[in-house]
Amino acid sequence: MRRVAVIGVGCSKFGELWDMNFRDIVISAGIEALEDAGLEGKEIEAMYIGNMSGGRYLAQEHVAALIADYAGLAELHIPATRVEAGDASGGLALRMAYMAVASGVHDVVIAAGAEKVTDVGAETAMDILSSAADREWEVFCGANLPALFAMMARMHMDRFGTTEEDLARVSVKNHRNAVNNPKAQFRREISLEVALNSPYVAEPLRLFDCAPISDGAAVVILASEEVAREYTDTPVYISACCQASDYLALHSRRDVTTMDAVVHASRQAYKHAGIEPKDVDVAEVHDSFTIAEIIAYEDLGFTEKGKGAELIREGVTELNGEIPVNPSGGLKACGHAIGATGIRQAVEIVLQLRGDAGKRQVDAEKGLALNIGGTGATAVVTIFER
Amino acid sequence: MLPRFWRKIRYRYNLVGTYCENCRTYYYPPRNLCPKCRRKSKIKEVQLSGKGKVISYSIVHDAPENFKMMKPYVVALIQLDEGPIITSQLVCKPEEVRVGMRVRAVFRKYGEEGESGIIYYGTKFVPDS
Ligand SMILES: [Zn+2]
Repeated sequence: MRRVAVIGVGCSKFGELWDMNFRDIVISAGIEALEDAGLEGKEIEAMYIGNMSGGRYLAQEHVAALIADYAGLAELHIPATRVEAGDASGGLALRMAYMAVASGVHDVVIAAGAEKVTDVGAETAMDILSSAADREWEVFCGANLPALFAMMARMHMDRFGTTEEDLARVSVKNHRNAVNNPKAQFRREISLEVALNSPYVAEPLRLFDCAPISDGAAVVILASEEVAREYTDTPVYISACCQASDYLALHSRRDVTTMDAVVHASRQAYKHAGIEPKDVDVAEVHDSFTIAEIIAYEDLGFTEKGKGAELIREGVTELNGEIPVNPSGGLKACGHAIGATGIRQAVEIVLQLRGDAGKRQVDAEKGLALNIGGTGATAVVTIFER
Repeated sequence: MLPRFWRKIRYRYNLVGTYCENCRTYYYPPRNLCPKCRRKSKIKEVQLSGKGKVISYSIVHDAPENFKMMKPYVVALIQLDEGPIITSQLVCKPEEVRVGMRVRAVFRKYGEEGESGIIYYGTKFVPDS
């Protein structure tokens, strides 16, 4: 296996992008990544795209060819492949691109993620996202994604004493971080009171516990170590990119308060990268709902099972804490553009490791990104180092 | 959309699950393969008792389109006495529901599909005193 470097990153604005269509959004991220890498375009040998549901959000399938086309690559005839794992689609695209370079099949590969969700109404958007859970045995009876995460939260509270205030603190932190992220959807601080007084969506989860469903795209360009040296003196390397799966439905899992896919993917990734959880200096984790971030602290091994809430209470995961988590603002405040999220997380970690994260910069040599699908039936954990 | 619900009607209406004779585990929803035994699975269909207890729940306020008429409604993870955990609606007042509460299965209307107006039925649970 060859060492894989990230030589360029790009990201569109996240949010309700009324004036941009799917193609515009992807191209804005793509151009930024090409400029960042200093590539002309013809160097690209393959492309992987994470997109959850072009079919239902846009009535447009075959989006890999579409994106390659509008990225100006049609006459290069490169292989362009869409991958899907609910809202872990972006993480999957990254892993496919990583394997293509690591294996020696290709030298320069694009991993992209994109979703345009606001052409359908908010309720339809949530229904489509909820198809990352089990349509027939969960969603059918009214247990959409918020309700499922709510039941994880309830059990975590019952067993471990996690409180609604702990959940709200995650939201407050992520909103505070997003203030300094020009790409973020919500760039304003919120108080704990505001979060705790927002209406319930699915008890015990309130409006401020739930990430928005956003438009957005993100692109990273990967290259073999040798090729990377031609383009940059400051490459960030991917030291592991591991993926795991679990029962699709929450009710079939070994434990409702643990995402075993996250446990498996992260343990493999640490082993592959030759590091331990305590070596991670900065992380982007999948906070589609605030409880997911608290559970991620535990399942990634940042603390033991049941003690996730302590990390947020004690400020360990704040921007100036021991392990800053979601310096971008996370899915909650940067926005959750479904298939784009896994790539957007990678962009943030690369910026952090290069020292290009502006006012939200933390001091870091090793970073981790966790992207999950649905309630955790897919997890992708990627470890980066400079 | 419709046929996929009809196909499983037997299991939805009557709470018919499966049992692996090799490892003596009950499954609901029914499975053709036991995830513990895989090719050694010895699966047969079984009628489940429909009795169990609530292990977690949520009161849903921001309801999906086809559940608007019911909101707020209660969804729960219910552990059946045979072992498997099932996701279902609980027919009770939101303030009544508690973790550990005993419940039993009943046959109820679930919802209507927007445009076609087809009515779906299935299993829900009620408090069992
Ligand atoms: Zn078995």
